[in-house]
Amino acid sequence: MKILALAEQRNGQLRGVAREVVSAAAGVAAEIGGEVDALLVGGEGIGEVGGELGGFGAARVRVVAHEALADYHPDGYVGVLHAVAQEGYDAVFLPATSQGKDLAPRLAALLDVPLAQDITDVQVVDGALELIRPVYAGKAFTRLSVDASPVLATLRPNVFQPESREAAGEVEAVDVPVDPESWPTRLVSFEGTAADIPDVAEASVVVSGGRGLKDPENWNLLEELREALGDSAGLGASRAVVDAGWRPHGEQVGQTGKTVAPKLYFAIGISGAIQHLAGMRTAGTIVAVNRDADAPIFKVADYGIVGDLFDVVPRLTEEVRTLKSQG
Amino acid sequence: MNIIVCVKRVPDTETRIRVGDDGTSIDPSGVKYVLSPYDEFAVEAALRVREARGEGEVTVVTLGDDASQETLRSALAMGADKALLLQGEATADGLATARALAAEIETADPSLVLLGVKAADDDQQQVGPMLATLLGRPCATAVSGFELSDASVTCHSEVEGGTQVLELPLPAVLTITKGEYEPRYASLKGIMAAKRKPLETKEAQTAPSRLRVRTMELPPERSAGRIVGEGPDAVPELVRLLREEANVL
Ligand SMILES: Cc1cc2nc3c(=O)[nH]c(=O)nc-3n(C[C@H](O)[C@H](O)[C@H](O)COP(=O)(O)OP(=O)(O)OC[C@H]3O[C@@H](n4cnc5c(N)ncnc54)[C@H](O)[C@@H]3O)c2cc1C
Ligand SMILES: Nc1ncnc2c1ncn2[C@@H]1O[C@H](COP(=O)(O)O)[C@@H](O)[C@H]1O
Repeated sequence: MKILALAEQRNGQLRGVAREVVSAAAGVAAEIGGEVDALLVGGEGIGEVGGELGGFGAARVRVVAHEALADYHPDGYVGVLHAVAQEGYDAVFLPATSQGKDLAPRLAALLDVPLAQDITDVQVVDGALELIRPVYAGKAFTRLSVDASPVLATLRPNVFQPESREAAGEVEAVDVPVDPESWPTRLVSFEGTAADIPDVAEASVVVSGGRGLKDPENWNLLEELREALGDSAGLGASRAVVDAGWRPHGEQVGQTGKTVAPKLYFAIGISGAIQHLAGMRTAGTIVAVNRDADAPIFKVADYGIVGDLFDVVPRLTEEVRTLKSQG
Repeated sequence: MNIIVCVKRVPDTETRIRVGDDGTSIDPSGVKYVLSPYDEFAVEAALRVREARGEGEVTVVTLGDDASQETLRSALAMGADKALLLQGEATADGLATARALAAEIETADPSLVLLGVKAADDDQQQVGPMLATLLGRPCATAVSGFELSDASVTCHSEVEGGTQVLELPLPAVLTITKGEYEPRYASLKGIMAAKRKPLETKEAQTAPSRLRVRTMELPPERSAGRIVGEGPDAVPELVRLLREEANVL
């Protein structure tokens, strides 16, 4: 089986999820027999960051570098991917990031194959791939088989652990025509959120706050805890505080927000409504801080502290800082 | 300016999901169905365009069974002008859905097609960009706000770490996320008026699903964890557990 794995980059750097997708593909190839090619699309010189992908099981790192591809461009990227994916791949894996989820359906339509978005597992059953994906925002899971080739899927970030697996990782340029003049979409600008912190959907640790915080000013408490937890920690929010305009919608976790699967999730002052739980119940470890011992969040939390968050959170930040400073 | 909004009937987000006897879909008994929340945002966005321009028509379309008429009436009650039910089965295969919608939308040729960023049942997050690709139209996804000019639409698209601003020539396809589109409630007058608005029904042209659902299962129950303690004094023990037991710090 030949698998193509899109290695996502941003600002010329490989995303953590690139290793996850390549590694997941390599795991499948190892089980079923076959090879993985990573595809790296970006600006001039992007090939230089591809070298490490051999260490995650890529036999080849195929590079399409063009100045017009430095930033994600839907028309440009889909053209490249369509050209490469047609070279006889049996499966094509992309990350289930904003970029991957924007790109994969377009590719599916061009290749005329169905798409499974946001899968959390790939299994080999009788020599064919079966894909597991959450539905109803994680209230249930379906196992899918695909009656088409290539099998096309996007992989949820943080779920597939990158494993080192030595392969050749030969970096090679692919010659694909790139014609920006023909792209109807124009990228106007990018408005970054102030802080350069990982998005809630990608962060491996999430500190989420709810109405219990009382006031948007109090988010500095969560921000401090997040900082103490390190660079891979992000911020999340319940819908109640997003609706109140305290936090941006991009941080909302839940059925009408993002579905997240970090290894550690803090629910602070969040009651645990069914729509919130739907978005975070696949997190590795869940910690809840709530002053109401009967709050439903405690039914899913691995560890809970019953108490006033205004007392508990600063103490928690302090303890985490101490721990981290000890290394 | 004519706008088509694609909408879907889905279980209310409050629903506790139970797996049905077939083992591959939910047990629909007792489930309340609603217009998918993101599709409400899309309907709201379309109505605001019509109101701002003082002209144009908003048509809502769904692929589904006869019960979906109720969903279309909800959108009409919000203020959409007319509705079309494509009778057929909406499956996990979004491409099959997109094809059925494309066959219809191609002939109607609207300036703008709006969809929800994802349907709150399958969460496939794919029908919009598939439809756009089939129609050969540009597409922006996860749009939290947009401005129209005569020949183009400027979209604010939510991505990791910020907002991407994109300009697309019309006609275009957008998938809408909440952003500024808090949906209006249908007024009583709206609900009455919806009963008299045109709702056309026709057979959908659907291909069979090529994504086969083998099984549907509930996630393993998270065993209720433990209350480590009360108040800030419980923090050192919590940190110890996170470090030594859960191995996450
Ligand atoms: C269609 C639909 C979609 C929805 N989608 C989502 C979604 O995607 N995500 C989402 O989160 N919600 C969603 N909701 C909303 C959901 O039903 C809840 O209303 C929401 O999650 C509640 O937010 P909250 O927990 O912050 O607020 P509350 O329910 O008000 O809970 C606040 C909690 O803080 C605790 N608290 C208060 N003060 C303190 C203190 N000093 N110290 C410690 N604890 C304290 C309280 O005990 C309480 O448990 C949706 C609802 C609908 C109808
Ligand atoms: N059966 C359907 N009929 C009409 N529109 C649909 C249907 N399924 C999905 N859509 C549209 O496509 C969006 C995304 O759905 P999905 O790709 O299934 O997550 C929805 O929010 C709707 O706007």
